[in-house]
Amino acid sequence: MTLKRAAAITGIGELKPTRNPDGKTTLGIMAEVSRLAMLDAGLEPKDVDGLLIGPPIVEMVPMWPSVLGEYLGVHPRYSNVVDIGGASAAGMVWRAAAAIAAGHCRAALCVTGEASDVETFYSPRARRRSQLPYREFEVPYGPMGVNSGYALIAQRHMFEYGTTSRQLAKIAADQRTNACANPDALFFDQPITIDDVLDSPLVVDPLHLLEIVMPCTGGAAFVVVSPEAARQSPRPPVWLLGAAEYATHMMLSQAPDITTSPIAVTAPKAFQTAGVSPEDVDLVSVYDCYTITVLITLEDAGFCPKGGGGPFVAEHDLTYRGDLPLNTHGGQLSFGQPGLAGGASHVTEAVRQLQGRAGSRQVPNCELAFVNGNGGVMSEQASLVLGR
Amino acid sequence: MAGEEYRKPLPQPSETSRPFWQGTQARELRLQQCRDCGKRIFYPRAICPFCLSEHLDWVVATGKGKVYSYTVVRRAMHPAFQEDVPYVLAIVELDEGPRLTTNIVGVGPEDVRVDMPVQAAYDDVTPDITLLNFEPLLGPEMN
Ligand SMILES: [Zn+2]
Repeated sequence: MTLKRAAAITGIGELKPTRNPDGKTTLGIMAEVSRLAMLDAGLEPKDVDGLLIGPPIVEMVPMWPSVLGEYLGVHPRYSNVVDIGGASAAGMVWRAAAAIAAGHCRAALCVTGEASDVETFYSPRARRRSQLPYREFEVPYGPMGVNSGYALIAQRHMFEYGTTSRQLAKIAADQRTNACANPDALFFDQPITIDDVLDSPLVVDPLHLLEIVMPCTGGAAFVVVSPEAARQSPRPPVWLLGAAEYATHMMLSQAPDITTSPIAVTAPKAFQTAGVSPEDVDLVSVYDCYTITVLITLEDAGFCPKGGGGPFVAEHDLTYRGDLPLNTHGGQLSFGQPGLAGGASHVTEAVRQLQGRAGSRQVPNCELAFVNGNGGVMSEQASLVLGR
Repeated sequence: MAGEEYRKPLPQPSETSRPFWQGTQARELRLQQCRDCGKRIFYPRAICPFCLSEHLDWVVATGKGKVYSYTVVRRAMHPAFQEDVPYVLAIVELDEGPRLTTNIVGVGPEDVRVDMPVQAAYDDVTPDITLLNFEPLLGPEMN
């Protein structure tokens, strides 16, 4: 059995990202987006019997599903904390579908949320004491969080394939054009050019400030339901057509190959299940913590040959009106990265586009989307194919 | 270092990893080698990640390798590293195969290159801990 059409997404709820929590709590944010998603799907708490949570990065506490379920009046028959970093939201979609297909629940609420800002996100946290190999063999050498990991990936990609900073900057500039058509984006109305990206400070060579995602506050939720429930939905169902997940490492030094990601495994499997190929895709909605993440995703998912990502992004228009619409909400680089809700924004944007409610940035005749979630330093990947 | 407190995060050696850190104090780069499948292993483990064998021996590596990739950190995340910026964080691929995270020292950030030959350089940051850095390879191999 595969998960093809085993479940559909029928509702979403999302907050406009803000630079600071402004008094909001993580629980409050998660409850708010959950409510929006349930309303959007035409469901009440009693209708929801599955609850999946991507744990907030700055507030890791035990038993989030019980905490939120109690708050919302949701009594889940299936609870799950999906802790695969930025891949969590995409990973939740297929987990919910699997639980539904297995008969464990009929309507699963998938929730992310974060009350954070740049200072909180990057401040050292005393409670993170553990004897993980990462602490023993990387932290003493002064990594800049995962920023330095992606910089190492980009540098090696440039060495192996001749990729340039200008090609990478094109991704950030095109996504900003998309954000300028999305009033909910954190950087709405602030257009940038390729030269602006290249002129922004080098933070961790070869990555510039405008190639690096910004932590912020926000949240997102969505509802995954059974085919029967999807037929009752007030909105057009967005079907899960294919999914795959794969993780290979935690520390980048342990990655089998730092310029080829596990997406090379997950994307082909997701496409195969769906019975489609990259040429059929109308919308690419893929994790973009850094510009290099997008470039490697396009290569490994088969949108262009391995190593050809640089020329590919230079030759294609990645905006909502272009020949390869990519991250039409602005991507996390321009929409914002509220913890794991950043990864969820790729799911919610795909739903909006496939339901034809993306407003001025609507991609015409959008029927098929490729979504990718990425965790760690390209360590954990969850790929989805979604369709009408 | 005398009289000056070391403020950066320090490794906390475990039973499994202690021989590695004793090695750096003795100016040796020690790796594990699996007695059953022969693979060289880094970081130190209790179990071979290739064949699950528990028979891992410590061997002394040449300390030579190449820069697999590097970055110049211009804004430190941990405050104690701020005085060092810009500094080079790198992954080095050892001649024996394994890769590790390290700092490249003894050369300006602008002169570091991917694929550059390097050799181990040891930094006694406290009486108990010697970190493993790398510096450009000196000697006839450079020609
Ligand atoms: Zn072995």
